[in-house]
Amino acid sequence: MSDETPSDEARARENVFDFLDSGQYDVLGAFWVTVQLTVYSAIGSLVWGTILAAMRVSPVPLMRAFGTAYVNVVRNTPLTVIILAASLGLFQTLGITLAGGSDFETIGFRLAVLGLIAYHATFVCEALRSGINTVPVGQAEAARALGLSFFQVLFLIILPQAFRSVVAPLANVLIALTKNTTVAAAIGVAEAAALMKTMIEYESDAIFLVSAMFAFGFVVLTLPTGMLLGWVSKRVAVKR
Amino acid sequence: MSDLSVLYDAPGPRAKARNILYSVVFLLLLALALWWALDTMADKKQLEAAKWKPFVADGRVWTTYLIPGLLNTLKAAALSIVIALPLGALFGLARLSDHRWVRVPAGAVVEFFRAIPVLLMMFFANAAYAQFTDLSSDVRPLYAVVTGLVLYNASVIAEIVRAGILSLPAGQTDAAKAIGMRKGQIMFYVLLPQAVTAMLPALVSQLVVIVKDTALGGALLGYMELLSQVRVITANYGANTIAAFTVIALIFIVLNFLLTSFASWLEGRLRRGKRSTGAVLHGGGETEMEFDEPHVEPHARK
Repeated sequence: MSDETPSDEARARENVFDFLDSGQYDVLGAFWVTVQLTVYSAIGSLVWGTILAAMRVSPVPLMRAFGTAYVNVVRNTPLTVIILAASLGLFQTLGITLAGGSDFETIGFRLAVLGLIAYHATFVCEALRSGINTVPVGQAEAARALGLSFFQVLFLIILPQAFRSVVAPLANVLIALTKNTTVAAAIGVAEAAALMKTMIEYESDAIFLVSAMFAFGFVVLTLPTGMLLGWVSKRVAVKR
Repeated sequence: MSDLSVLYDAPGPRAKARNILYSVVFLLLLALALWWALDTMADKKQLEAAKWKPFVADGRVWTTYLIPGLLNTLKAAALSIVIALPLGALFGLARLSDHRWVRVPAGAVVEFFRAIPVLLMMFFANAAYAQFTDLSSDVRPLYAVVTGLVLYNASVIAEIVRAGILSLPAGQTDAAKAIGMRKGQIMFYVLLPQAVTAMLPALVSQLVVIVKDTALGGALLGYMELLSQVRVITANYGANTIAAFTVIALIFIVLNFLLTSFASWLEGRLRRGKRSTGAVLHGGGETEMEFDEPHVEPHARK
């Protein structure tokens, strides 16, 4: 832009925030997609992670083996590989759309949630398993002495206590999950990191401002979660 | 409750029969899922021998794509850990400083970089290098990936270092003070050497996280690491997407599994060792994930 007169440049510098007013970039909308990705994946990984944990402590050797194998394989795969494989492999090669119709945006979003669940459930499972280890042996023994079955022992006695002691590790998983939703940008989900990439390209004279804005957005998302759940974990922890 | 069989009684005849029933049902479900997966793949012609054969029969797939990709992954990971280690140690020690004006800013920097996704830092580094330096565009992705990983992992390592030093028994500091050592001497002759051994497993586990994060550079910054070879391979060997992803995921899994096993072997060895104080930072398990923080015992927080 060598032909610009100095006065134009000066005027441009006065309004560095101009690009936000232009309506060209929907920053809040992008962060809303990030939040949605986080919430759906968090619920999904909590459910799938609990099932995996139940499998890993179950009396059926085959389920134990499956749980162990799943956790070790998925945990050692990069999340980027999982999410790209979901998009390029599941969708574009095998034609699986997860009932997303023909809308690429919906399909991408659902595939990203699927990948995030598959990956983070392993960490939920491991956190829960370490929580089960904190429950005193006497609890399970007393429950068995009452004649409770494995499912009753696990879901009525052990897991409620285990969950209370792993709120802090689960909060760490949730925070990591929030940050990991950015990987969905790799398959074109219009979340915060994808928008940041676009903005950095087109507003290259404001990269510090753009980066600071998105960094601030993530700090706003992760810090309160950590503080709130840190407080919750202290409140609900079983005093022993 | 480390022996989880405490959750159920030793199976009697009825429980044994029930367990066998569960096993059969579960096996059927697994077989059904596998059959569905294979059927879908066969349907889309992903199971043809020609699509899988290059990975076993054609050495060129390995020599031209996979091995150079893997080497690039390892290069970025190695550079990142080598640069992040001293930087992280510096910030970790700064957070333990007695001076408020050192401790507080160091803490703010560490907390800030731990709170934002590593991908954002990579994007920022990429744009900043493009704008303010004249790095050629073929090395810029490597620089951007390494910068992002260093910024993030230095802050994680800072926490590992801090936790490692705080995990040492207080008697170590007391004894060092008693024989008249200065603050710097206590740190460099007494605390740090012991903390380093305690930290080793956690550091090796962090390497797993770094290796996994390099894949971000391949997918989003055009760094030619292992994952980005998928596109090249599928373009050259006839749309064998599933085969290419399987092989590449397997390489990642084997590499990370070796690192994880090494970390737990190291942890066990250090725990059994007689010469240390027995303080070992937990290296693996539930905390070892992308973007995650090291395991810090609650009582270790200042």
